[in-house]
Amino acid sequence: MLLTATLAPSVTVAPGDPQTAHAQPPKIDVSGVNFYYGAHRVLQDISLKIQPNQVTAFIGPSGCGKSTFLRSLNRMNDIIPGARVEGTVLVDGVNIYAPSVDVVALRRKVGMVFQKSNPFPKSIFENVAYGLRINRMTTSKEEMSGRVEASLKSAALWDEVKDRLHTSALALSGGQQQRLCIARALAIEPDILLMDEPASALDPIATQRIEELIYQLKSRYTIVIVTHNMQQAARVSNTTAFFWLGRLIEADRTDKIFTAPSEKLTEDYVTGRFG
Amino acid sequence: MEPVERVPRHFQEELEQLKTRLLEMGGLAEENVRLAVQGLVEPDRAVIDRVLSGDEPVNRLHVEIDGRCFRLLALFQPMAADLRTIVAAVKINTDLERVGDLAVNIAQAASRYSAHAPVKKLIDIPLMAEIAQNMLRDALDAFVRHDLELAQHVLDEDDRLDALKTQIFRELLTYMLQDPTKIEPALDLILVSRHLERIGDHATNVAEDVIFIVSARDVRHPGTQDKT
Repeated sequence: MLLTATLAPSVTVAPGDPQTAHAQPPKIDVSGVNFYYGAHRVLQDISLKIQPNQVTAFIGPSGCGKSTFLRSLNRMNDIIPGARVEGTVLVDGVNIYAPSVDVVALRRKVGMVFQKSNPFPKSIFENVAYGLRINRMTTSKEEMSGRVEASLKSAALWDEVKDRLHTSALALSGGQQQRLCIARALAIEPDILLMDEPASALDPIATQRIEELIYQLKSRYTIVIVTHNMQQAARVSNTTAFFWLGRLIEADRTDKIFTAPSEKLTEDYVTGRFG
Repeated sequence: MEPVERVPRHFQEELEQLKTRLLEMGGLAEENVRLAVQGLVEPDRAVIDRVLSGDEPVNRLHVEIDGRCFRLLALFQPMAADLRTIVAAVKINTDLERVGDLAVNIAQAASRYSAHAPVKKLIDIPLMAEIAQNMLRDALDAFVRHDLELAQHVLDEDDRLDALKTQIFRELLTYMLQDPTKIEPALDLILVSRHLERIGDHATNVAEDVIFIVSARDVRHPGTQDKT
């Protein structure tokens, strides 16, 4: 399958690029991306390398394009009428906007968790099993149960739901529902997990659990998270990218962004002088 | 880049108040140094006593400023330049409190010294005091104005102070060798020069903190910085 093709022959990293410290080639390599809703350009010339097994956070004021950019990483914007992308987005060296790419396979590889938890109105078990079933990823009942259990464990939800797997997912608390959605995303074994404000509707304890989960998951997945909460970006991410008016102003090590950013605009944003 | 709309924030007012308090404390500490040296040189018992009993306002500010920093960190979770300013303020606060203590130490030495016949006419110690006070004042001015050049000037001045301390030590050593009755008062003068040199070191620390606030560069201990 195209998405598992070998890496692009060479990945150049500009001198002074904050990510030169990482020896590995980037998991996601975006260059010169412009994004349009009709005639309106909402992303301007975005280039960014996202490293594997790291958490990358996108921050910026509302309307800066960070969610649009996140959604362009697994082509979730395709269904929006009039949406158009220029530039290249390489995932493991393969351009995901190439005509030959199977979008369903892409989204299996690049999973997504949304702001509002959106479990299906089914049982907890069925929520996690759903993706496995439609992708025909298991061959026996036992294998299915094993995968569901493993996914729920990865999402740190298993202990809370193991005795009521066949009750409705809608009876779970908000934080549990969000972890269920993470389990559902993990079940189909993605490499990359995109999270669009995954904790913004949760209370502080549930938020903490999600953040702890993100920390645990990064050893196995590449995680990209959009957040309005700068402290959350500071706590969970390795790299932070600051977006403003559709442009990527600065991307650097998270500790650098929050202690000594290079750009005045970033400084003004993280110190709360605008936005 | 388009201009960015600035949202005035309560936090900025708090930060200004913090700076004002630090300046107030710096002013008090500096004044105590001036008085302590004046008490030694003139000599003036009343002035010495004023320093010996006048440490309280500096100590009060020390506690108050730490409390403010602590509260601002907890309540506002500041970032970038704001974070650097508050972390630096905690350190500057400690430096200024130590300057206040050193002023008292100088007054104590002056008090003992006044019980003896003067060893010699004091020339270099007032000069050291002047340099140390100027360094302190410049470091605090640099803090308020975010003035990197002035902060660097403070760092450069520290060498002069160190040289004077060494010179004073050598000179007093000859006095002590010639006349053992001068050992005790001469030792107090050596202590005073050491205290003044330490005050210069604290001013240097403040200047280094200013460079950290403004440029995010840590200029302390060159060669030991982790470059990650």
